[in-house]
Amino acid sequence: MLTIKDLCASVEDKEIIRQLSLEVKPGEIHAIMGPNGAGKSTLGNVLSGRPGYEATSGTIDFKGLDLLDMDPEIRAREGLFLAFQYPVEIPGVSNMELLKAAVDARRSHTGQPELSAIDFMKMAREASKAVDLDQSFLKRGVNEGFSGGEKKRNEIMQMMLMEPSLCILDETDSGLDIDALQVVARGVNAMRSPDRSFIVVTHYQRLLDFIVPDYVHVLANGRIVKSGDKSLALELEAKGYSWLEDEVA
Amino acid sequence: MAAEFQQQAIALAKQQSVLGWLTAAREQGQSAWQSHAWPTRKTEAWRYTSLLPVENEQWQLSDAASDALPQTALSELIEIDAYRLVFVNGQLNAELSSELPATLVSFADADADQQAVIQQHLNQVADQQTHLFTALSTSLLQQGVLLHLSKNQRLEKPVYVAHINDKANAKVTNARLLIVLESGAEAQVVEHFFSTDDQDRGWINAVTECSVGANASLRHHRINLESEQALHTGSVHVALAESARFNGFTLANGSRLKRIDYHIKHLGSGSDLQLNGIYLPRHKQRVDYHTCVEHVVPHCTTTEVFRGVIADSAKAVFNGRIHIHQDAQKTLAEMSNRNLLTSDQAQVNTKPELEIYADDVRCAHGATVSQLNDEALFYMTSRGISEAEARVMLSFGFVNELVEGVELEALKQWLRPRIAHMFGQTDQLTRHIIHE
Ligand SMILES: Nc1ncnc2c1ncn2[C@@H]1O[C@H](COP(=O)(O)OP(=O)(O)OP(=O)(O)O)[C@@H](O)[C@H]1O
Ligand SMILES: [Mg+2]
Repeated sequence: MLTIKDLCASVEDKEIIRQLSLEVKPGEIHAIMGPNGAGKSTLGNVLSGRPGYEATSGTIDFKGLDLLDMDPEIRAREGLFLAFQYPVEIPGVSNMELLKAAVDARRSHTGQPELSAIDFMKMAREASKAVDLDQSFLKRGVNEGFSGGEKKRNEIMQMMLMEPSLCILDETDSGLDIDALQVVARGVNAMRSPDRSFIVVTHYQRLLDFIVPDYVHVLANGRIVKSGDKSLALELEAKGYSWLEDEVA
Repeated sequence: MAAEFQQQAIALAKQQSVLGWLTAAREQGQSAWQSHAWPTRKTEAWRYTSLLPVENEQWQLSDAASDALPQTALSELIEIDAYRLVFVNGQLNAELSSELPATLVSFADADADQQAVIQQHLNQVADQQTHLFTALSTSLLQQGVLLHLSKNQRLEKPVYVAHINDKANAKVTNARLLIVLESGAEAQVVEHFFSTDDQDRGWINAVTECSVGANASLRHHRINLESEQALHTGSVHVALAESARFNGFTLANGSRLKRIDYHIKHLGSGSDLQLNGIYLPRHKQRVDYHTCVEHVVPHCTTTEVFRGVIADSAKAVFNGRIHIHQDAQKTLAEMSNRNLLTSDQAQVNTKPELEIYADDVRCAHGATVSQLNDEALFYMTSRGISEAEARVMLSFGFVNELVEGVELEALKQWLRPRIAHMFGQTDQLTRHIIHE
């Protein structure tokens, strides 16, 4: 699904990702943990193609395609989805308009027939129900005036409708109450399939009780300093990151 | 001595065949017109808008188009169930117009009573000493429309006045609308200006005067979508009596010269004004809105919202003034102007002004100029939407709220695709913002 080899990436000429390698196979869930400022969001931004986040060396293969060679919209149409840590508000553009445009773009790129307005509406309503957002959210401006938790649920709703093959969740659990956390986890688990992979960035072991990862990686200082199975998350919860940083140093 | 163009206009006036009962008004107009100092670049009201396109042309009076109108022109009429008056090059086209109620009449068909109403109200609300092109309008007065509703009268349908310029190169058209609502009356009016050809170089000078009586309510829409080679000088003058309401909406693209003035006076306490405007110049178009709201008496409210999306190397001007006179205590007035520049060459000059001479008032005004939000653009492309479509959606999104605020449903439905196509010229780019 995704093979990152020796990736170095910088923002404003500052190197943030250093020689990072990661392999994600179809169907797998990888959790990425690590201290603030380690480069987790930067990795997500590089993967999704945000302007200003420049890969200076290394390669990224996504489903046999050279990811770094693709514009952000093509990456998305090919099935890469990033649920943002801080989703942006877009007043004046309704959630529904954005969703329809997004899903139409993805479907036409993959040769699927376009959904009628009515069918799409039905799907969107179901998705909003699945993430426990009232239908009125479909008509509102994208994220406009949404609470923190509502924004995160809105990201998951978009993810459900776009049916990506690789989902990157950047701290989707931050700021969620217990119920919302369950909602998000249920959404992710419902989408699990042998040909869909997840990269879940989180600070909290708690999320991984609900979304059980195959691998847990620790990202510090722009590189993966330790990988393990889900028990690593428990160990981090107990010990923090400093022992790892010591270990690496 | 009056400038060359002022004299040219007087010469044109002499060529007209005129309704006799308008002669006195015309003469007053002509003397006002000639007494105006012709604006220069130093004249504050014309600082950013050049009158050269007016000056550099040998103008003729417009006449009815001899050929049939192109079918495409007819399809540009707004699909709205309304009392319709269609003017082609300034002449009323009976075929395209609908049956009219007795309260709505073209000047040429006005009976004696209506003539008296026109004579009584003309230039009472509009001040032709202040407004140069209003003086021109009166100087050339010949055709016009009167809507006169008596006490508590309500029209069943909106009034739709369309002005079509057809092969109007170097021709000047004078459009005049007089609305008189007696107390408690209610009306909805749509004025619409367009050209049959996107290179048409005609000029429309359009003056609308509204006298809104006590407790009366007028919903007024002005849609200026002429060709980009066209000239438009226009103004809307409104006087609000006690507890009167004026709800205005104005939309304009830009053109070689497009200047639209709103001058609204709160003359009776408790009156309420809501004025929403959208300007969308692109290519090399120009558009210039000047609004002036005067609070003369206490306890009146004004909410004014103008938004502009300026593309390519277009230029826009917004000059909004709210003048609160000494007696206008307890005024509530708010004015906001937001501009989105979608290219590096686009320009706007915005100047919101408050002049306050009363001490117990609540007023706010603000203006912003911004560019497309990169974060939003990236967010949308990260969802698979092309950057081109994202730009169109964001541009539309900038004015969406005001479009949605149009209460006349048929007009709103008609506007959406037209506005969308000003941002994106292909269906592919606009399909997700045009929906039922
Ligand atoms: N656009 C930017 N401009 C300047 N510096 C940036 C930018 N984006 C990221 N950085 C820097 O890169 C480093 C990594 O940031 P990143 O957001 O990737 O951290 P993170 O691991 O996601 O942290 P957190 O857990 O707090 O979300 C930080 O030092 C940050 O300040
Ligand atoms: Mg982060």
